[in-house]
Amino acid sequence: MGNLTEIRWHGRGGQGAKTAALLLADVAFQTGKYVQGFPEYGPERMGAPITAYNRISDTAIRVHSNIYDPQYVVVVDESLLEAVDVTGGLKEDGAILINTERSKEEIIRHLKGYKGKVYTIDAKKVSLATMGKYFPNTPLLAAIVKVAGIMDEETFLREMRASFNHKFASKPEVIDGNMKALEMALEEVQ
Amino acid sequence: MAKRDRLSGNEAVAIALRQINPDVFPAFPITPSTEIPQYFASFAANGQVDTEFIPVESEHSSMSAAIGASAAGARSLTATSSCGLAYMWEELYIAASNRLPLALALVNRALSGPININCDHSDSMGARDAGWIQIYAENNQEAYDNMVQAFRISEHKDVRLPIMICQDGFITSHAVENMELLEDEDVRKFVGEYEPENYLLNPECPMAAGPYSVTDYYMEAKRNQAEGMRHAEKAVLDVAAEFKALSGREYGLFESYRMEDADRAVVMIGSAAGTAKDAIDRLRERGEKAGLIKIRLFRPFPAEAIAEALKNVKAIAVMDRAEGYTNHGGPLGADVMAALFRAKSPAHAINIVYGLGGRDVRVGDIENVFEDLNQIIKDGDAGETYRYMGIRE
Repeated sequence: MGNLTEIRWHGRGGQGAKTAALLLADVAFQTGKYVQGFPEYGPERMGAPITAYNRISDTAIRVHSNIYDPQYVVVVDESLLEAVDVTGGLKEDGAILINTERSKEEIIRHLKGYKGKVYTIDAKKVSLATMGKYFPNTPLLAAIVKVAGIMDEETFLREMRASFNHKFASKPEVIDGNMKALEMALEEVQ
Repeated sequence: MAKRDRLSGNEAVAIALRQINPDVFPAFPITPSTEIPQYFASFAANGQVDTEFIPVESEHSSMSAAIGASAAGARSLTATSSCGLAYMWEELYIAASNRLPLALALVNRALSGPININCDHSDSMGARDAGWIQIYAENNQEAYDNMVQAFRISEHKDVRLPIMICQDGFITSHAVENMELLEDEDVRKFVGEYEPENYLLNPECPMAAGPYSVTDYYMEAKRNQAEGMRHAEKAVLDVAAEFKALSGREYGLFESYRMEDADRAVVMIGSAAGTAKDAIDRLRERGEKAGLIKIRLFRPFPAEAIAEALKNVKAIAVMDRAEGYTNHGGPLGADVMAALFRAKSPAHAINIVYGLGGRDVRVGDIENVFEDLNQIIKDGDAGETYRYMGIRE
């Protein structure tokens, strides 16, 4: 498979990790890529750890397994750093993106010696500032697009606006907040 | 003109159903098939279809309503998974024995217990002897394409049997993948109007449906069902040929992948076949002659054609995503072994149970199967023919 990028999302049920993975598949598809976005469900309840996955490739994707050796990991809920082996199989030339208000130096100590790049974003701050409510998935979507270099920022924002216009056709008042969350997240990720 | 899109398997099947615009769709939700009636309900509410969408109180009722509608002369279908299929067990047989060409969009999920929402084929495999045509998909594109072809097969005048269009729960039903959709108008023309020959609401020709049959007719009725099934293979191929002319996509009774010179093959059903293709490409890069037979039509079972496709292979692993509790393996294993026996195949064959309750299948797992087959050829002996893959001992 040419230029295959594999991403694994760790979240808790109800936080939108699955939705973020599907949105990422959506926006990558719009740039002409072959994509997969899929969830792995454990118990069907709010708060249980869930995993979601993305494959993004220049050629057709046939494999239907979960992702064990991703280039990128996104941690939607930092309490999972203790509960789940989030860096398991993560490539050292890849990166992990963590939603936290803590500093990078502090968070690295919880990564079991992972030697690749570590990025953080305070998705709560971004979300509350732009949407007035806590939806971590929108800021994290923008952050992983930037970290993984999936597409340039201008294309990403244009495609996302089109996607939100469609998705939120019945409640257009939330579109601007979501767009602002994406823009702010692109600045805030470090 | 085909339209590029990215959809989940459930969404893809729901769109196929919108394009087909059936007459009646009764449904009761169950994970992971719920989204199919859910999407369809909004199509119905938005006036995008003329379908009578009936939310019912159970799967026993959804299949009963689909049967009633079909007997009355309507094109009808429902969707379900797992325990939902189990709850319509009696009706499955009634649909088939009344020769009603209705459809079931089945999203494969493990049957309890332990209770589990993930994929295996234990639900539809249990229904394999119910008299339904069964067609399986590897990916979202195939789930969509099979749904588009379904009614043409089931309503074929030489067949007239219900049809189950199966896809793997979560693995394809909830995964967004690239695919191509056909134009609404093209699908509508391809599927055509349903014109039943005999139906309850025909005042010109009053009839009974589903009457009691004593011993003097029961066996003839069952033999008639078998006759319909005998014509199904040809109908599947004829419809596939027309579908290829429309879509450019080719379908058969099964798919042969890199079988031309293969000395080892796996035979399997569903989404893991895509994973197996990646494994086979890796093995081929190392000069190993690996191939795949991916079953599309499981009922009726194209035994002769499968044995023919496997005739030059030295060792075969038949992969079952369901237990059969025969102490010898699963249902696909039994059918393939019987086919090989009738064809007097000299090949070594083993039967591997895998992927139960959503147990993941990796490229490396399939590579290991081919390594085992290599060993069997070297030993000249299959050893244990009933094996498990991916089990934690």
